[in-house]
Amino acid sequence: MNIATILIAVTMIGALAMALRGSRGRASGLESWSVGGRSFGSVLVFLLMAGEIYTTFTFLGASGYAYGKGAASYYILCYFPLAYVVSYWLLPAVWRFARANALVSQASFFAAKYDSRALGLLVTCVGIIALVPYLVLQLKGLGIIVSTSSYGVLSPTFGMIVGASVIALFVAVSGVHGPASIALIKDVMILLVVAFLGLYLPYRIAGGIGPMFAALDKAHPHSLAFAARGQSVAWFDSTVALTACGFFMWPHSFASIYTARDEKTLRRNAVVAPLYGLLLLFALFVGFAALLRVPGLTGKDIDLALFKVALAELPPVVVGLIGAAGVLTALVPGAMMLMAASTTLARDIYPLARGAASDREVAIAAKAFVPVVAAVALYFALTGGDTIVALLLMGYALVTQLFPALMVSLAPRRVFTASGAFAGICVGVAIVMVTTITKTGVATVAPGLPGWMLDLNIGVVALGANVLTALAVSLATGVVPARGAARVPAQ
Amino acid sequence: MSLKWLGLLPWLALLAGMPFVNRVEPFVFGLPLPLAWATGCTILSAATLLVIYRLDPANRARQDPA
Repeated sequence: MNIATILIAVTMIGALAMALRGSRGRASGLESWSVGGRSFGSVLVFLLMAGEIYTTFTFLGASGYAYGKGAASYYILCYFPLAYVVSYWLLPAVWRFARANALVSQASFFAAKYDSRALGLLVTCVGIIALVPYLVLQLKGLGIIVSTSSYGVLSPTFGMIVGASVIALFVAVSGVHGPASIALIKDVMILLVVAFLGLYLPYRIAGGIGPMFAALDKAHPHSLAFAARGQSVAWFDSTVALTACGFFMWPHSFASIYTARDEKTLRRNAVVAPLYGLLLLFALFVGFAALLRVPGLTGKDIDLALFKVALAELPPVVVGLIGAAGVLTALVPGAMMLMAASTTLARDIYPLARGAASDREVAIAAKAFVPVVAAVALYFALTGGDTIVALLLMGYALVTQLFPALMVSLAPRRVFTASGAFAGICVGVAIVMVTTITKTGVATVAPGLPGWMLDLNIGVVALGANVLTALAVSLATGVVPARGAARVPAQ
Repeated sequence: MSLKWLGLLPWLALLAGMPFVNRVEPFVFGLPLPLAWATGCTILSAATLLVIYRLDPANRARQDPA
């Protein structure tokens, strides 16, 4: 046992204790457990939603991607502000409808808007499938953190198993109040750690940020601007657009919209959030500094960049503090995801098998699903070999397929019919799944197209097919209702 | 309605602008040009949203007096 390992163990135990305390004396209904009784103010909602950018993805994924892919990593800085520009109008509209109809999950939103339980089910399935890679990457991050900051005493496998158990326990005992109670500590810690590393390491290694980039440009020419082919500007633009549109489509981000007290909270958040995202710049600096100091990591090992450079440059106590911050960044968002998946399984799938279920029963089922989902994610984390960013991009390509159906459902008149939206989402998701599994891209399917089109993110291509299918099927199934009829009352 | 058009500004600046700044030099504040552009667009997003927030009559409504 070294000092770093002890710090990490203390953090995990401390987080659990705080979760228990945060949940004491709360009503135990599903609405309180999953959306905090819709009572959270600006700061909490902000932390829960912006939680996404401060996950292990930021911490290990972003720095690793900068290390391994150079300019392509700039996309990580960009989608967050653009997503919040859309959010200014999107989130209040979603919140208003959700509150009026007492909705707690993303699927119930689609089901109510389109008056179609089938569509609600489909959305549930897409959300859960997309969440799996996202949860997997949190666990992978935990494995890396535990094994590297214990200086190899504990294995990554051990780290992932402990991590998955802690997250599951955390969610089961406290619901949304647990993540909320440590969200602030986690964000402050990660902010300090990443800002420190992002400033200190470039100075220590190269004498400053400017000199660092100048040195990198000499050592790795062409890595600091986008390539002409492959991860080109066309790839960048399509990836940023895709991830910006998908940002709020995750079941857990969607549910955190519901926790807001009023609409103004959501609009005010939109103004501040882009600046919050600037922290990612420091995460990229860490990756670039690591490339100068500890070159040679390839494949999925690029995710180790942050810790490798920290181990090379910093004393064990500091490595332990970095590890502790890292544990929290995996724990809070991991808990939000696990809870969103369990809530939606219990509310939207379980009653199908069980017939009519009482609220109490659904609340119990939601907690019972927690360890099941955690176990599935753990299985994939132990067996898969992708990098953190590759996993996240896969999830994004899937979850963004819900975006068109959501946007048009908010329009004053109906554009997609329920079957149209259903067919569109199916086509989009199918394209993403097939290309991911067979590892093909646009270039393999249609090599004759102009160069820039070959570089497009496959998720964008799937999105195009999604919209076209939805429109075609909506026209075919006809009966586009008259103006104003789109406001479908909830059952 | 017009406020939504304003929201397009950061999207256009980033996505349409990037092809024109895709070279390493000149370094801006020590950053390679595309990264400096991306950082600038992040700040532009916040600034645009602040203007929108100020102009939007919805935020002058009663709600909470903060």
